[in-house]
Amino acid sequence: MTSEFAVEMRDVVKKFITPEGNEMAAVDHVTMQIKNGEFFSMLGSSGCGKTTSLRMVAGFEWPTEGEVYIEGKAMGHTPPFQRKVNTVFQNYALFQHLTVYQNLAFGLEMEGAKEDEIKKRVGRALEMVQLTGMDRRKPKQLSGGQQQRVALARALVKTPDVLLLDEPLGALDLKLRKEMQLELKALQQQLGITFIYVTHDQEEALTMSDRIAVMSKGKIQQLGTPVEIYERPTNKFVADFIGESNFLEGKIKSISQNEASVFVSSINAEVVGLPISKGLVKGEEVIVSIRPEKIHIAEKDAINQNMFRATVTNTVYIGVDTKVFVDVHGAKLKVWEQNRISRLDPKSFYTVGQEVWLMLLPENTIVLRKD
Amino acid sequence: MNPFRRSPFVLTAAVLVYIFLYAPIIGLVLYSFNASRANVTFEGFIPKYSDRIVMEGSLVKSSPCGPFHWYCELAKNNDVAEAAGNTLTIAFIATIISTIIGTMAALALQRYNFKMKPFSQLSLYIPIVIPEIVMGIGILTLFSQFFGWVNETFNLVGNARLSLGMATVTASHIAFMVPFVALVVQARLQGFDKSYEEAAMDLGANEWITFRRITFPIILPGIMSGALLAFTLSLDDFVITFFTNGPGSTTLPIYVYGLLRRIITPQVNALSTVWILVVFIAVLLLQILQNRESKDHS
Repeated sequence: MTSEFAVEMRDVVKKFITPEGNEMAAVDHVTMQIKNGEFFSMLGSSGCGKTTSLRMVAGFEWPTEGEVYIEGKAMGHTPPFQRKVNTVFQNYALFQHLTVYQNLAFGLEMEGAKEDEIKKRVGRALEMVQLTGMDRRKPKQLSGGQQQRVALARALVKTPDVLLLDEPLGALDLKLRKEMQLELKALQQQLGITFIYVTHDQEEALTMSDRIAVMSKGKIQQLGTPVEIYERPTNKFVADFIGESNFLEGKIKSISQNEASVFVSSINAEVVGLPISKGLVKGEEVIVSIRPEKIHIAEKDAINQNMFRATVTNTVYIGVDTKVFVDVHGAKLKVWEQNRISRLDPKSFYTVGQEVWLMLLPENTIVLRKD
Repeated sequence: MNPFRRSPFVLTAAVLVYIFLYAPIIGLVLYSFNASRANVTFEGFIPKYSDRIVMEGSLVKSSPCGPFHWYCELAKNNDVAEAAGNTLTIAFIATIISTIIGTMAALALQRYNFKMKPFSQLSLYIPIVIPEIVMGIGILTLFSQFFGWVNETFNLVGNARLSLGMATVTASHIAFMVPFVALVVQARLQGFDKSYEEAAMDLGANEWITFRRITFPIILPGIMSGALLAFTLSLDDFVITFFTNGPGSTTLPIYVYGLLRRIITPQVNALSTVWILVVFIAVLLLQILQNRESKDHS
């Protein structure tokens, strides 16, 4: 390995001309460094620039500005067939007129490998994805899951430095998708290859990734480990996009080195002892964000700060959790309570109109800049 | 079951359509065995085989070939053989060239955006919609003006002089066949997924190998149907060939037209029957090939 980073994007911009003739930046000044052997995901909804970023690494698109580096080498206008990366396509793009064996052998023939070597490597790749014996089938004779494995094997047989995956599990049903997620992760760890994975499915990204880049409107909103992204979102978009959050608008009342007190006008109360990120100042308008499963419901007024009187407006039982919707001085909040106890007794649910106390733990509560 | 399918009306309509389509062809084949040389009414089959042709008025009484008398006459006819040779030569060359040009045009129009694209697309339709006779006259004018100018300028004499012939017929056929090929291939390309090409390049194939091993096999059925259409158009083109042919480049349609102006003998019918048979076998073979192809893919 010549470089610390398998792939690096430095200040990359990709502009397209829309059919109306306007210029649009699909990728807008993106910088990221993907380490060797890392499982890296780009997560975002459609049109966020994740696929365009991946295609620029593969070489199907060239940046309008900035540069893509693979193994420390600037790629410039290097065509795809001269890059040591391989792609698993969303629709698999298996060659329908060739057999499974020929599909896998194609890339090796391009390297000029000898026939017996091709045979050996194709055999090993098929074994790896558990498709031994399928080599003479045509892609159309395989199930969706099997086609997906062929696409994976076709890319991996080339032993690339970096494997690019563009929503590879999107076409599979939920159960198979979950199996494949774990299988892909295990395969990546076993091979030690860098995976760059594009998905719009946050659970998929959280399950598999070492690090995730959350993208929106061509920009990286946050880049970090799954835990960081979920527990410490750095802006409202990420807090809202990943999982669910309650947002309360407020103003910083007092601030110390790493704690702040925020006056939340909508509930007419002060939340104290909140951890803060740098750059926030006293008097600034902020958003207090807290995940629904991190709010505790207490029935009695315990001796604690950050306790608020609330009225239950609705409860919904969804098996794993019970969703409790409450009203705090007119502010609507959602609270997820895990069903650790049996709910067979109807009395175990909160009743509509019941008065409860909500407890916010400062370490679970995030202060975000208002944008 | 659909009640409509049992309706006597549907059956009658189907029979009528078949009669309308095939009665002329059956009549044509039947008349190729006509004993009468005049070929206006059917006078029965030629009854007997004998060692020489016996005529009685305009009726053939016996022949070495028996009922296949007119086919034997046809086989002896050198003009027919020459015309058939010309027709096939022109059709083959024109098909190959127009298929290559038409396919390239279709590929260019499908994947690139350029300023003149709407104009280029439109210009493909024009040769199809303008009357053939207009195109024929146009091509003739072009050739005669151009050849006249070249002959004049370079003082060409004798065989060196440019004149109408096989080359001009072939060139004009290519001109009207290209749009047909391009449109057929374009229709096929509509459903072509670009990710196949990206996958090939991703696996290390350059543009040329990608085209040869991936794109071309995928669009080959489209190219084949375009080529077949072009081939049949060339085989039976009359109007444009009429204007652009010269000495030694008579094609079958031109030859048949020439025969008809003199006398309609059953030889014409025999020729047509052979022609139909050849085309029928060709289409059948193609169908079998395509079926095998699609079975492989399903």
